[in-house]
Amino acid sequence: MAEYSVFSLIGNALRGNRGWKPAWRAAAPKPDYDVIIVGGGGHGLATAYYLAKEHGITNVAVLERGYVGGGNVGRNTTIVRSNYMLPGNSYFYEWSVKLWEELSRDLNYNVMFSQRGVLNLAHSPPQMDAFARRGNAMRLAGIDADLLDTKQVADFVPDLDCSPQARFPVAGGLLQRRGGTARHDAVAWGFARGADRRGVDIIENCEVTGFLRDGDGAITGVETTRGEIRAGKVGVAVAGSTGEVMRRAGIDRLPIESHVLQAFVSEPLKPVLDTVVTFGAGHLYVSQSDKGGLVFGGDIDGYNSYAQRGNLPVVEDVASLLLTMFPNYGRLKLLRSWGGIMDMSMDGSPIITTGPLPGLYLNAGWCYGGFKATPASGWCFAWTIAKDAPHDLNAAYTLDRFHTARVIDERGAGPVPWHH
Amino acid sequence: MRITCPICGERSVAEFTYGGDATVERPALDASVEDWSAAVYDRENPRGAHVEYWQHGMGCRAWLKVERDTVTHKIGAVTLVGRHANEEAS
Repeated sequence: MAEYSVFSLIGNALRGNRGWKPAWRAAAPKPDYDVIIVGGGGHGLATAYYLAKEHGITNVAVLERGYVGGGNVGRNTTIVRSNYMLPGNSYFYEWSVKLWEELSRDLNYNVMFSQRGVLNLAHSPPQMDAFARRGNAMRLAGIDADLLDTKQVADFVPDLDCSPQARFPVAGGLLQRRGGTARHDAVAWGFARGADRRGVDIIENCEVTGFLRDGDGAITGVETTRGEIRAGKVGVAVAGSTGEVMRRAGIDRLPIESHVLQAFVSEPLKPVLDTVVTFGAGHLYVSQSDKGGLVFGGDIDGYNSYAQRGNLPVVEDVASLLLTMFPNYGRLKLLRSWGGIMDMSMDGSPIITTGPLPGLYLNAGWCYGGFKATPASGWCFAWTIAKDAPHDLNAAYTLDRFHTARVIDERGAGPVPWHH
Repeated sequence: MRITCPICGERSVAEFTYGGDATVERPALDASVEDWSAAVYDRENPRGAHVEYWQHGMGCRAWLKVERDTVTHKIGAVTLVGRHANEEAS
């Protein structure tokens, strides 16, 4: 498949744009592979890409129940950041940001990564203290962090209500300038094309209905709606469907609940907001897409759900928080909203691990922060599958940490499935 | 989503707070660490029928056990739990 470049753009334009080929083959399943990745979302595709690129393992199939880009990778608020405090998280997410910074060149596909900054607002002196602590922890880990006072916040986001009359006056904020946004669809398509070019089979409309086991109980392949496929290793990266897929492998209980998260896009505007801002006295994050729509979201609905739609109380909550921050957005119309199913882990941190069965590998528990992790998640999962052991970056993301008192609880808020 | 509270009648979900999976049994205080960590962390997380706790915090404040489908959000039987359930029974 041809390299994308300014020359291919001009050449195809001169031929009336009739010469473009599909970005990846519509592969039919072969009887067996070295590695099968269940789930053709961002993480699964990135895993296949890095298996081929970093480890030379190209006899790989990615099995997707629907179509590439139809799940959470195409339904998120596109925020990329690494402003975490705990070592288990900060080095992993910082590696992800570093991969993001080179991703368009690496994939030969423009993922439109825009380092426009991510600003977390604080609304009280104690919150500023907590942000100073987190910012210091970030800097110690080599991650950029700037603590802003109210005036600096007002200068950085001119539209934001920083007046003393605000319902929750802005005390300051923690800014990560290297954070930002990326185009989510391009991330899915870019990884799919990159994996395909290295020989990976991307098989859409292929649901995994069961797992093949040998006499010792080890996983030796999968049963699918398109027949049995054998593999030496099977990696599962299916986000909100983790519980259902793992049940088909005989794992009935996991430290994960599936919850619905809604996100919203307004009608397009001229440029008004050139960064990502998050509210600190509630939960809201907002940025403006390159198409002009304000993209925003808040908390999960809060109850177990596999329905890809939410309820109205969250819509009202999110809209009121947006107007608390930006009263001048009051006449905006909502263009659309959607709900995606999040794999909410019990400590708010993910799982990238070997097991829990021989021949099986698990990538899950991304809560509602999986998009930013896409490159590093694929990179670490590929390493874990190829070497049968975790990389240092994901060594803390085990499944048994919940039972060995080694949880990575960024908020320090206890064992509940609604961290982020 | 609207939940029919046995005391207050049918109300918006906005009046209720979610309390999680009601099938998880609290182990005895002297149970093993394994039993406790399983109860605290591990969930069945079913796709479909789910029994769960809700509190009618902006109404009668009673705790409820609600049958709900996690795919369709359809609410089934709703019963009182705890002290209120005993009062209803007596």
